Amino acid sequence: MPKITPEDLAKITERVKRTMILREGTGRAKIRVHMGTCGIAAGARSIMSTLMEEIESRNIKDIILTTSSCAGLCSREPMITVEVQNQPPVKYVDLTPEKTKIIFDKHILAGEIVKEYALAFGSERVP
Amino acid sequence: MAYRCNVLLCTCTMCVSVGALKIRNKLEEEIKKYNLEDEVQIILTGSSWLCTKGPTLIVQPDDVVYQFLKEKDIPNLVEEHLLKGRPVPSLMYIDPEELNPIEKLQDIPFYHDQRLIALWNRGIIDPDEIDEYIARDGYKALAKVLQDMTPEDVIQEIKDSGLRGRGGGGFPTGMKWEFCRKNPGSPKYLICNADEGDPGAFMDRSIIEADPHSLIEGMLVAAYAIGAEKGYIYVRSEYPLAIKRLDGAIIKAREYGLLGKGVFGSDFNFDMEIFRGAGAFVCGEETSLIHSIEGEPAEPRQRPPFPVERGLWENPTNINNVETLSCLPRIINFGAKWFAGIGTEKSKGTKVFSLAGKINNAGLVEVPMGITLREMVFKIGGGIPNRKKFKAVQTGGPSGGVIPESMLDLPIDYERIQEAGAIMGSGGMIVMDEDDCMVDVARYFIEFTRDESCGKCSSCREGLDAMYEILTNICKGKGKEGDIEFLEELGEAIINASMCGLGKSAPNPVLTSIRHFKDEYIAHIRDKICPAKSCVELIEYSIDQEKCTGCFICNVNCPTNAIIGEKKKPQTIDKSKCIKCSVCKEVCRFDAIKVE
Ligand SMILES: Cc1cc2nc3c(=O)[nH]c(=O)nc-3n(C[C@H](O)[C@H](O)[C@H](O)COP(=O)(O)O)c2cc1C
Ligand code: SF4
Ligand code: SF4
Ligand code: SF4
Ligand code: FES
Ligand code: FES
Repeated sequence: MPKITPEDLAKITERVKRTMILREGTGRAKIRVHMGTCGIAAGARSIMSTLMEEIESRNIKDIILTTSSCAGLCSREPMITVEVQNQPPVKYVDLTPEKTKIIFDKHILAGEIVKEYALAFGSERVP
Repeated sequence: MAYRCNVLLCTCTMCVSVGALKIRNKLEEEIKKYNLEDEVQIILTGSSWLCTKGPTLIVQPDDVVYQFLKEKDIPNLVEEHLLKGRPVPSLMYIDPEELNPIEKLQDIPFYHDQRLIALWNRGIIDPDEIDEYIARDGYKALAKVLQDMTPEDVIQEIKDSGLRGRGGGGFPTGMKWEFCRKNPGSPKYLICNADEGDPGAFMDRSIIEADPHSLIEGMLVAAYAIGAEKGYIYVRSEYPLAIKRLDGAIIKAREYGLLGKGVFGSDFNFDMEIFRGAGAFVCGEETSLIHSIEGEPAEPRQRPPFPVERGLWENPTNINNVETLSCLPRIINFGAKWFAGIGTEKSKGTKVFSLAGKINNAGLVEVPMGITLREMVFKIGGGIPNRKKFKAVQTGGPSGGVIPESMLDLPIDYERIQEAGAIMGSGGMIVMDEDDCMVDVARYFIEFTRDESCGKCSSCREGLDAMYEILTNICKGKGKEGDIEFLEELGEAIINASMCGLGKSAPNPVLTSIRHFKDEYIAHIRDKICPAKSCVELIEYSIDQEKCTGCFICNVNCPTNAIIGEKKKPQTIDKSKCIKCSVCKEVCRFDAIKVE
């Protein structure tokens, strides 16, 4: 391993940033994939891997991806909740990998809520 | 690789001893079973959590903690939480007051009242990964001092921060460095004291196990300030895990050019080596420690001259404790003003304590100076188990003293604790309840210091022997009028005539317990009673004839067959056979065994 200079500290930090953000819980946005039994049956695992691929291929560091339990809406699975820092959480329902990619681009990266896939956004209640 | 979840498993010495590595294997197996290897990463951390509740782990980013884990709990935990995202309440921390599980780490009082400076990276990084340390602002302080500060600037900064030595003495760190730097001798040496001989204390071990690079970086900062090119870390050989992690960290730091010639490409050279000490209590005394590194018998010598004038191989030597050094990176990064803003007028920053004894949340805590002992015991420590009554807290280990309930509102501060007759010490804190006999506690500490005395001064060697004998007699009911006064005189004499800190502080536990619990001494000496019902020779077991149902359980369990009687009839104890083992009291479900 080569010797490092003070300038390298920032590079190393950048490299492990995603891991540290995960542990400190301080990401810019948090995506929860609902993974109840019915969620898994409806394909939540494929939503999870789609999101992981998106994050990986774009080399994004400041987003936390996590699982959460049943949201009580079995008929609308698979679903995710997106929480951008300082904004109310938004739930997206009836997802497919394609829809997930669109949400990722628009909401998570550009900050624009994708209303057509959202469940009464801003509210936690069923419409 | 992008993981979505990190499982932070504590693998400190204690957690490993209760099976943390088996938990790791099982976790790996179950994670593989659900094909979660690319999503969930297991990190082995050090000293993350409540040390008597291991094995423990934390799941991030969910911030959920689990305690007392067993292999058989793991399949369920992996399936429920790691796969389905449903935390498992039955494995969570239980609040000792409310008796309900608390899910989030941040919501547990034990955690959120703490403030981490020395333990900045506790349980959050893998101690074997230098890059993770760097990602938490690691080695930034080193870069800062090398690029922007002169050694004098660094000394001034540490003086302004108000940092005082955490090894027990509380000497201002910046001032010590200045003495060492100004001394003309060369080469100069830096020694880190990780002897940690105080029985029951494990602050320094935990810091090293959880975050060895904070210590290494702190030593680099100190060495730059005093002008040393060589450092030693004196670790007791009973700390194999700490030594292993430190050794690995030193190798990584060398590879990165952070140790050795031209640190960070500058013209500052510094390297360090680990010295394994035999681990006697007196080896922690600085002059004795120096003798030990020199290959001489580990005996203290007269001071002055202090090590900053004549230390290792007669050269100026600066000795600091592990915790003192581990605070330095944060002080440099955040500034002296920030550090000085925490704590009391004369005690700045935070202090790490190992909470032990009759306390619900035994473990390692770091708190801001100035919080009260009451907050420490009842809020952070979660109070006394089994609804027993608090009696006293012992700070400073064998050199310290007991502080009674009436003084619980005392803030944690070097001077204030000293006024109470105890000392801050290195951070051992033992909580005692109504079942602890203060005379016996004093006897225990004197037995320890008597055994650890190097024997050089007769006051310490013979004085402690005499104290031990008197205390033993008092506990046996053979105390005499005048014993208390004699103990006090003897104590003062030992303090005045002994050469090193061991002898100068050893009588403290006796003197403070006489000061605060004189009535317990009097009860033992005059009335031949042990109020805590702890001194075996002063108590008797008997059976309450009204309460005894004759269930016969005690009769079967008594190791000496001292319990006599027929089944279904009240039992009696043959006092000539009873060895006072208390087994009968533990097994009786009808509260019929009386101890008087
Ligand atoms: C009997 C005795 C035992 C000691 N044990 C330790 C010890 O285990 N660790 C420690 O850091 N200091 C110990 N000290 C204090 C050291 O002599 C020294 O003051 C300290 O290491 C200085 O570091 P500091 O200024 O950072 O506190 C002990 C002192 C005495 C008298
Ligand atoms: S005070 Fe005790 S331990 Fe210290 S030098 Fe004297 S005899 Fe040795
Ligand atoms: S266990 Fe208790 S109740 Fe049973 S015989 Fe012994 S004293 Fe009596
Ligand atoms: S204290 Fe022990 S020895 Fe004595 S009666 Fe009870 S069980 Fe037997
Ligand atoms: S299990 Fe997912 S909504 Fe019920
Ligand atoms: S024993 Fe593992 S955290 Fe202390």
